[in-house]
Amino acid sequence: MATVQVSEAEKVYILHGIRDDLRVDGRGCEDYRHMEIETDVVSNTDGSAKVTLGHTAVLVGIKAEIGKPRPMVPKEGYLEFFVDCSANATPEFEGRGGEELGTELSNTLYKVFNNKKSVDLRSLCISAGEHCWVLYVDVLLLQCDGNLYDAISIAIKAALFNTKIPRVHISSDDEGGKEIELSDDPYDCMRLNVENVPCIVTLCKVGHRYVVDATLQEKACSVASLIISVTHKGTVTCMRKVGGGSLDPESVYEMTEAGKRVGKTLHAPLMKLLQEEESLGTKRQKVGFLG
Amino acid sequence: MAADMRLPSIRKAVSLLDSAFDRKDLVVPGDVITSDTGFMRGHGTYVDEEKLTASVAGEVQRVDKLICVRPLKTRFNGEVGDVIVGRITEVQQKRWKVETNSRLDSVLLLSAVNLPGGELRRRSAEDELTMREYLQEGDLISAEVQSVFSDGALSLHTRSLKYGKLGQGVLVQLSPSLIKRQKTHFHNLPCGASIILGNNGFVWLYPTPGQQDEEAGGFYTSLEPVSLADREVISRLRNCLLALAAHKVLLYDTSVLYCYESSVQHQVKDILKPEVMEEIVMLTQQKLLEQEG
Repeated sequence: MATVQVSEAEKVYILHGIRDDLRVDGRGCEDYRHMEIETDVVSNTDGSAKVTLGHTAVLVGIKAEIGKPRPMVPKEGYLEFFVDCSANATPEFEGRGGEELGTELSNTLYKVFNNKKSVDLRSLCISAGEHCWVLYVDVLLLQCDGNLYDAISIAIKAALFNTKIPRVHISSDDEGGKEIELSDDPYDCMRLNVENVPCIVTLCKVGHRYVVDATLQEKACSVASLIISVTHKGTVTCMRKVGGGSLDPESVYEMTEAGKRVGKTLHAPLMKLLQEEESLGTKRQKVGFLG
Repeated sequence: MAADMRLPSIRKAVSLLDSAFDRKDLVVPGDVITSDTGFMRGHGTYVDEEKLTASVAGEVQRVDKLICVRPLKTRFNGEVGDVIVGRITEVQQKRWKVETNSRLDSVLLLSAVNLPGGELRRRSAEDELTMREYLQEGDLISAEVQSVFSDGALSLHTRSLKYGKLGQGVLVQLSPSLIKRQKTHFHNLPCGASIILGNNGFVWLYPTPGQQDEEAGGFYTSLEPVSLADREVISRLRNCLLALAAHKVLLYDTSVLYCYESSVQHQVKDILKPEVMEEIVMLTQQKLLEQEG
């Protein structure tokens, strides 16, 4: 993980600031930095999104491929997550340096999406037990400035919203075998229902309080943080504690409540933005990576 | 609490000076500086088909027959006398290594600091053993460049009461090209906070100190909570600095102060939003122009 050095006196300053609900950049304890979201940024994926949160930048691409359903759930497709840490983000990621963080992030994502409600996996089924859509969700970290989990989850939700899976027609031939035919029309596609896709909220315990969307400096002052994934209804799908420190049961409860509260408020503006972007259609001027 | 989400917008350059665009001494890589063969090739240039060509984006400088291009986006190239803000990365024998945004870590020799107990104190072997008590890894210091080694590494000194260990405050890391060279880089701003504009692009914001204890030699740091009012001023200044840097405005006391004044109508946390940033930088530039002419 990209870390920064912070001196003792700076830590004291940050700590006292959070106690007074005024963080170094002027935010309160439950404020996010402003977020920029753009979808459809990579043309050779089925769905993609780029999210920048402060100086954190995350790119998510989703590729749909036809695969075999898992034997236990023959009527469902599945999602595969892979997180790649680019050495552009920090030189620490060079070579195999980012592998550990990447695995940790993708394992968390598997847990977050390990339920029936997040994504309607049945809609990914083509023919039971034989063919289904596999969504490969590839996350690329372009810049690290704290709060990777939240940025990644928002980018995934936006990319899933943007995903267009071609429609398939199954026709059986004379010998009883099935043949899959992909639609040629690029507009003839299936969209996913992303209403129940959760967003992750990371709460960092700093001193006696907790903050959301911690910067790297604030992260350096905190010993433990709680990761909660929350749907728009406030349902928690996954909860994890990261960091070496310990948390009081009482503060875990308090942080969960706060996480639910904050997480619920993330969904409405995100959906509104995605729909607004969608309504602009092809007229929208794309910003991409050089804007 | 609500998160502010938006579509990215294409960044526009906010500049009231059009002349910046047709300046002849600004080049990009590949630009031919001169096809006259009478000149000597300096840093940031190469010869391509007998034409002197720029290899970096920046400003052309000519000293007699020597042509150099000074890059705009660069690490810090220190010169003797520069004020810097740096972070201790290592404690070694008789020296500290300091991160100063240069290509190589700078050194601060034990013999180049003022130890508690007056200027004329002899440095004993004991001092060498207790170096970590004065400055440890992660600590921030302000210092001056004493000399430059042949490989470009800097040797620092803190032999003045204005330099030394930094206490509570906020560090902002910017590009060294944005810092305007001035007589003094220490300012007590009238808005209620102090600023050190390090030539290396590190800017330190801290509450204006009261009476200083001279005996401590600058190694004593107060851990008393900073008042909320001071905090707000510091946070506002921090965001103003980032706004100015995002729009490539030169940083010195006047520009920072004008930016602070233009930002007062906005909440501190809103300053970093692109449209607010644009607005206050525009206002700042207007004020700076008025002041100049």
